[in-house]
Amino acid sequence: MKPKTLFEKVWESHVVVSEPDSPVVLYIDLHLIHEVTSPQAFQGLRNRRLGVHAPHRVVATMDHIVPTGNQSGPPTDPLAARLVKELEKNCAEYGISLYGIGHSNNGIVHIIGPELGLTQPGKTIVCGDSHTSTHGAFGALAFGIGTSEVEQVLATQCLLQRRPGTFRVHVDGRLAAGVEAKDIILSLLARIGADGGTGSVFEYTGGGITSLNMDERMTVCNMSIEAGARAGMIAPDSVTFEYLAGRPFAPKGAEWDKAVSQWSQLRTDDGASYDREITIDAAKLEPMITYGTSPGMGLPISGSIPDPDREPDSSKKQALSKALSYMDLRPGQPILGQKIDVVFIGSCTNGRMSDLRAAARVLKGRKVNPNVRALVVPGSRAIKNAAQVEGLDRIFIEAGAEWREPGCSMCIAMNGDELTPGQYCVSTSNRNFEGRQGKGGRTFLAGAMTAAASAIEGAVADVRKLL
Amino acid sequence: MEPYRKFSSRMIPLPQENVDTDQIIPARFLKTTEKTGLGKVLFCDWRFDESGNPKPDFALNRPEMAGASILLAGHNFGCGSSREHAPWALTDFGFRALISTTFADIFRNNSLKNGLLPIVVEKAVHAKLFQMVKEDPGVEVTVDLESQALLLPGGESVPFPIDPYSKKCLLQGLDDLGYLLSFSAKIAEHEKNAL
Repeated sequence: MKPKTLFEKVWESHVVVSEPDSPVVLYIDLHLIHEVTSPQAFQGLRNRRLGVHAPHRVVATMDHIVPTGNQSGPPTDPLAARLVKELEKNCAEYGISLYGIGHSNNGIVHIIGPELGLTQPGKTIVCGDSHTSTHGAFGALAFGIGTSEVEQVLATQCLLQRRPGTFRVHVDGRLAAGVEAKDIILSLLARIGADGGTGSVFEYTGGGITSLNMDERMTVCNMSIEAGARAGMIAPDSVTFEYLAGRPFAPKGAEWDKAVSQWSQLRTDDGASYDREITIDAAKLEPMITYGTSPGMGLPISGSIPDPDREPDSSKKQALSKALSYMDLRPGQPILGQKIDVVFIGSCTNGRMSDLRAAARVLKGRKVNPNVRALVVPGSRAIKNAAQVEGLDRIFIEAGAEWREPGCSMCIAMNGDELTPGQYCVSTSNRNFEGRQGKGGRTFLAGAMTAAASAIEGAVADVRKLL
Repeated sequence: MEPYRKFSSRMIPLPQENVDTDQIIPARFLKTTEKTGLGKVLFCDWRFDESGNPKPDFALNRPEMAGASILLAGHNFGCGSSREHAPWALTDFGFRALISTTFADIFRNNSLKNGLLPIVVEKAVHAKLFQMVKEDPGVEVTVDLESQALLLPGGESVPFPIDPYSKKCLLQGLDDLGYLLSFSAKIAEHEKNAL
């Protein structure tokens, strides 16, 4: 038999129909939905008098528009409250499990899926959200879809898909102290750009990946979409199985043993080939940070802002000039020491326990700079509770940071947490697009430790000096 | 959906590369349960100033571009978020086709499902089109999906790729859901065997 990649194994086992000149009909095992990209899909079902094909395969949460200040009632923003009501109504009508605001399972959709054990190796997982690539850390094939596709999956539990290419990202070596999983993905993005993975599914391999815990692997897979990749995958191993064991929706008893034995087959066969490959040496990485308005505009923390005049490609030159003008940064200026106003630690990229622990290690016994507003936003209710059991909340509060309720928060300016025009923010989220964190706001993307160190300094800082 | 017909239009030039869906429609406008009426906030933060007045130098606001239904966009247009509100806003504004060297995957899929045709051309053709608009903003091109060609003034025909399935859906005004529902027996069989 022809050796196969991990992607090919998962893809092929989910093909329902494959006809010439048509996309494949792909079966979807798990469909995650949230309040922002689903209302029009349910309306579409009603217009056609269709039902939900497999409600037990659909799980709903609320995260994007959820205020992270007070969650004792519905959002005070009437538009947000309307979306909350709409999702409640749709889930009740079609028999879908909903973990709404205040529910013990509530949280960011890409955080609760893994946390509850819904995300499992070999599954196909979709959600009307581009960061669905996060779940690929478990060896699932997971990708973001539009609202028309949400409607299609609700109606048929299937999607039409064109087969993507395969792209191996091999990460050798181990991260040095003060360097994080986020730095691996930011470094990949700086190398291949915002379109470097278009049309492909990444598979991350190598010791630089297998030495990461599941939270860290999710951080890497999460930002695959920032390179335009359809998905990012990591072969499941003992770290994966250990994470999943005992989770509420993970298989139990004999079913568990059977599942682990099947999941263990989910690795790329010796001799299988990829359409493209790239290698990164994790040991050589420094903490990374972005300086521009595309996640591919990143540099090592000791670096300086590039000069558009030295960019040979005219389109890239124009993009860089526009970005530096928006960011109000000068070519040649070191990124270290750039003054900041806000630090955001959270999101589906870096809002998990490992991130909070890493930030707390840096902040413990230190103070957030008085000129900085620091927000720490756990990715889920369960993470909030677990962090409080460990006493991380006390560390954040004593340092002068805000310890908030779970949600997408300042990753996306639609829930009340946002920058004001001109503010600079070191953010652990995934996008530094113009206005992403609030109209006129300026984002530097970085890992949780870099964010914590910058909060203390009041400026972009190298965490390695604080270790 | 309306069947996709041959049409001619001027092109609105937006040369920036990596235009993300947060620029096409900022997140604060996603708090809606409708698909319609989003054209007025298309490119909102690039199109309007602090007081909500149109910025005269932004391409969509130029009087000579009024009514054009083709957006001539930079490389990797539509990257970022999966929000289908982006093509909804573009079509509501009046766009029927987009021309670039590449489109982001999810955005491309979303566009095809909304009668918005993403046309991929070679870099040289892309540069030539921008030059043509620069020299004459009134220049019109014809989009002929049936023959998969972009027809330039002077008779030049530039072929563009599209998969046969999407082409058929656009030309006949079909949508995916009807096609998917026709496989319900196969889906049931898969559920019985594989799960």
